[in-house]
Amino acid sequence: MTQLALVIDLNVCVGCHACVTSCKEWNTSGEAGPMTDKMPYGKDPTGTFFNRVQTFEVGTYPNVETVHFPKSCLHCEEPPCVPVCPTGASYKRKEDGIVLVDYDKCIGCKYCSWACPYGARELDEKQRVMKKCTLCVDRIYDESLPETERKPACVMSCPTSARLFGDVHDPDSEVSLAIRNLNGYQLMPEWGTNPSNHYLPRRKTEIRIHKDELKRVDNPLSKEQRKTHKAPGTGPSLDDMTTW
Amino acid sequence: MHPAFSVVFLTTLIGAAQGLFLALFTGQIFTTFKLMPEQNDPNFYIIGSALSLLLLGAGLFASFFHLGHPERAWRSIAKWRTSWLSREVIALPAMMAGVTAYGAAHYFDLTYPLFETPGGTGIDATLILGFITTALTYTLFVCTGMIYACIKFLQEWHSPLTVINFTLLGTASGFTLATVLSAWLDTELANFYATWAITFTVLAFLFRLASVVRNQKITPKSDLRSAIGVRHPKVVQITQGFLGGSFNTREYFHGTTEIVVRNVKYIAFILVFLIPIILLVVSLQTTGVIIPLIAILVQYMGLIAERWFFFADANHPQNLYYQNMA
Ligand code: SF4
Ligand code: SF4
Repeated sequence: MTQLALVIDLNVCVGCHACVTSCKEWNTSGEAGPMTDKMPYGKDPTGTFFNRVQTFEVGTYPNVETVHFPKSCLHCEEPPCVPVCPTGASYKRKEDGIVLVDYDKCIGCKYCSWACPYGARELDEKQRVMKKCTLCVDRIYDESLPETERKPACVMSCPTSARLFGDVHDPDSEVSLAIRNLNGYQLMPEWGTNPSNHYLPRRKTEIRIHKDELKRVDNPLSKEQRKTHKAPGTGPSLDDMTTW
Repeated sequence: MHPAFSVVFLTTLIGAAQGLFLALFTGQIFTTFKLMPEQNDPNFYIIGSALSLLLLGAGLFASFFHLGHPERAWRSIAKWRTSWLSREVIALPAMMAGVTAYGAAHYFDLTYPLFETPGGTGIDATLILGFITTALTYTLFVCTGMIYACIKFLQEWHSPLTVINFTLLGTASGFTLATVLSAWLDTELANFYATWAITFTVLAFLFRLASVVRNQKITPKSDLRSAIGVRHPKVVQITQGFLGGSFNTREYFHGTTEIVVRNVKYIAFILVFLIPIILLVVSLQTTGVIIPLIAILVQYMGLIAERWFFFADANHPQNLYYQNMA
């Protein structure tokens, strides 16, 4: 069974919000109608987004680290938001595991949003229906697009390639390899929602240098310093240990 | 959570309506099985049923203001297999139908015994309809309570106490209302209902107190560490990713200070429990409709505060992601 999902590499994300704007651009122009903004240039702007990039600070100065954290619907494998929906407007597709809202059926009761621990759903104030990430379901199967572009808009736009897209149930897919090899993890595992989207942790690149690597004790050249063949050298040399 | 007045009114109004019906039928049972002196004023049941129906209708009306698309509300009966909200949407009209039938049976005087119990008590249509409607009433209480209790990460709500409190608070206010009604119609049942109303109000007080105490001790299962998956004791949000508001910053926060929330809680406890109990005890010694009337008005105001507090008190884990703007 296919389960499409995103894998987001927190080691690479620079918090540029390119995914936020490209998501909004693609999804506000689609058949489903605009993702409404109210007072976008006013004092208290508000609007509907599928994707947000947040920033966190880990640690205490001077040992701090900034973590940019993109957040959208995780397309949970056990989505608590689906069974609570009274109309069946919220559903999880069997064929690819995408969690979707049927905007024509949704009555805007907001119950599903209460049942998502991640705050991934946003009610569109103008259309008065619940909205959330669709994994660009209207892009990824569009055969009029070149195959390389059949990906969610956010994945296409990410300048650092922090976003990977694929089938997390296929053990050999790019996303599964990334999760397996780079310790991909799920958010709030304590609720048993089994999110399909995974995050790759920050990774520190470190070289390990031991003291004896800085100052060599076994200088093979110490032989050179001897005046005669029998004279003791200043230290051990490779020749003293081995016979060729 | 942000307390929506549509839902506050829905749950308090139908709660009182359900309690009122239970009160009417309790009265009828006690009379039928001769547990208290006979009282045969059909008007009491008819007017009582009508009032209960009116309150249920008002609750239903209020609930429409909660919806983005009320004209599609009929769709919400679809997923009754999985959704408590869907079940409530079915149970509420079902109970309205039950109360209507019960009131109508009294109105048309369908009191001819259809059969007799071994004890020789005649069972008539009003009694049968009453039993059915009682079952529907409890179904509705369970559905309403479970809407909140079934969401496991709203830890303040995820407890049997939620269902118990919805039931007891509704029942208490319904019996207080029945006290007013019988005092007004002079049916001599006023003291009977007042006694029950006191009992239920005290019971509701104990269980509501239990849930307040329980909720104060809750340790949230989620924290910022599990929310973003970084293992460090000190994680703070620098920005939620946008200025201004969003659905997420409005729907899940009560939007006021903790002091206000705490005061609303105290006010609720005084108005729902303390004052009505005093008034109902006084009404036992006196006659007249005024004192029970004040009791129910005060209690209902208190229930609005109680329900407001119920929502404001619940802490959604999504709030972890919305703590700072930059
Ligand atoms: S992240 Fe939230 S909205 Fe998305 S599937 Fe999971 S529970 Fe549902
Ligand atoms: S808001 Fe729409 S999608 Fe969400 S539970 Fe209600 S009807 Fe279902």
